[in-house]
Amino acid sequence: MALLEVRELKVHFPVYGGVFRRVIDRVKAVDGVSLNIEAGQTYGLVGESGSGKTTTGRAIIGLNPVTSGRILFQGEDIGDGMRRSRSRFRRDIQMIFQDPYSSLNPKKRVLDIVAEPLRNFERLSAAEEKRRVQELLAQVGLSAETIHKYPHEFSGGQRQRIGIARAIALKPRLIIADEPVSSLDVSVQAQVLNFMQDIQKELNLTYLFISHDLGIIRHMCDYIGIMYKGRHVEQGTTRDIFENPQHIYTKRLLAAIPDLDPKQREIRHRQRESVRLEYEEAYSRYFDDEGLACDLKPLSTTHFAALPERG
Amino acid sequence: MNDDLLSIKNLSTSFRISDQWYAAVDNLSLTVKRNEILAIVGESGSGKSALAFSIMGLHTRARMEGEIYYQGQNLAAMSPAELDRLRGNEISMIFQDPLSALNPLMIIGEQIEEVLLLHESKQTASPKKSRKHRKEQAIELLQKVGIPRPEHAYGQYPHELSGGMRQRVVIAIAIANQPKLLIADEPTTALDVTIQLQILELIRRLKEDMAAGIILITHDLGVVAEMADRVAVMYAGQIVEIASIYTLMKNAKHPYTRSLMSSLPTVNDEGAKLHVIHGVVPSLKHLPRQGCRFRSRIPWIDESKHEADPQLHEVEPGHYVRCTCYKDFHFLDY
Repeated sequence: MALLEVRELKVHFPVYGGVFRRVIDRVKAVDGVSLNIEAGQTYGLVGESGSGKTTTGRAIIGLNPVTSGRILFQGEDIGDGMRRSRSRFRRDIQMIFQDPYSSLNPKKRVLDIVAEPLRNFERLSAAEEKRRVQELLAQVGLSAETIHKYPHEFSGGQRQRIGIARAIALKPRLIIADEPVSSLDVSVQAQVLNFMQDIQKELNLTYLFISHDLGIIRHMCDYIGIMYKGRHVEQGTTRDIFENPQHIYTKRLLAAIPDLDPKQREIRHRQRESVRLEYEEAYSRYFDDEGLACDLKPLSTTHFAALPERG
Repeated sequence: MNDDLLSIKNLSTSFRISDQWYAAVDNLSLTVKRNEILAIVGESGSGKSALAFSIMGLHTRARMEGEIYYQGQNLAAMSPAELDRLRGNEISMIFQDPLSALNPLMIIGEQIEEVLLLHESKQTASPKKSRKHRKEQAIELLQKVGIPRPEHAYGQYPHELSGGMRQRVVIAIAIANQPKLLIADEPTTALDVTIQLQILELIRRLKEDMAAGIILITHDLGVVAEMADRVAVMYAGQIVEIASIYTLMKNAKHPYTRSLMSSLPTVNDEGAKLHVIHGVVPSLKHLPRQGCRFRSRIPWIDESKHEADPQLHEVEPGHYVRCTCYKDFHFLDY
């Protein structure tokens, strides 16, 4: 059984307008997303801004309301009746946010930031709490004295590690990481990514890793889902996606990754041109009038793509 | 007459922090040729944006020393009025954040026309063009940067456009007067990969169509490999390595350049550890001012391998590396 199973998830936001501020339209941020994540694995959710990848992550953890569909955690539905049945699993699912500058309260000390989830779920004495926080900070490579400092006293990479310490405080099973390194410099990025892999092994964590950076996704993930306008266009193992992409949108995304070999410029340029032409030519077959992708069709036991019917 | 469009000589730009001056750009020299893209790479705090702002004369509270020759004229010695004649005309800049670079209260079209009008007013010889003509020009520019339905976009406000479209507008403004020197400060950092590709194509075409010299500031080595003719790597206010892109990607020497490259996830390393550079980028106040500035990030290299006053050494034609420590540099095994 998968640790997390999402079935036909839809998240629609109402658009208000007119004299009486009635609902005049709906933004279909997520429109029929299904995915499975096995325990201990990393699932990468890729897409451009507006593709619905962040909304999907936030719906799973309960920060966005679910319009329809089911979210099963260890087989139990947590999408519905949020407050009641959710609380049991709430501590099992945690989130790492994109921006380490706005996700830490500048008025709180590190101790209070990291202890907040502990205070919500566990009754610890002040001394115990302090000890736990120091353990957590040691785990993310920060020294014990830092507990009395404020977020502004840390660099971006250190802040992100404080965010991670907070996320792992309750020993969660699943961590949703929303662009956890996009705001960091490459060398700091490497540090945080290495560290996330280390604690994954140590704590047997499962990640839902949301990113627009395909290089990082390839490095981190076992399984990848590509999203476009709120729907999956392709899903498969990292190998399926990178070595055998089937959907025109996936091909286009992959072709756009900058290449580190300057000698390949001419060749890449020609490849991109042909991919772009194919994309434009085939767009109307792959997407309907609203720009929505077809339903996923299985290509192998692991690989699914939203390909049009033949003929 | 040589080919150099821009030639910077011993430029230092210092900022004042509690009664002390600290150099963010430290005794830096470089040249940019016509029809060349020079990439400046470095992490945040390396001084690359401070350098760009120095060339544009945009620092208001900094102390600048040294010379910046643009086609033989020293920009650093110019009065603001003289600079204004060049800025937005022959020299222009694409800023990192398109939302703050655009005026939220003006429609796109007017913002482009503003630049065109300023240009005209500086060329007193030619007769004033009509409003209608300027509007045509503005729409033509929007079309050139690949904005669909340019007539419609002309009347829109910045908030009505997506990030990629806004960045295109910023580029349209920057190229409105066909600059000879263009400084692009992280032009694609906030954008999705497919949009990034289109913007980079656009900048490349600029170089080809107008034989402009372009300084491309970025932290993304992938973008550099796709775009640059030459690359300068900056660390702590200094250039630590400069070479043609082909040389640098094949034969990088400086420990910082090599560390940066190995911290990127690449194609064949699935699951492997990424290289982490020891320590942190020092803040402006705590920059080491003596000896090799990268020394503290590679503590396993013996002190005696560093120069006391590290200079740029030409290791092969056109390839310069600072400090002799590169000769003995090796990565630590994990």
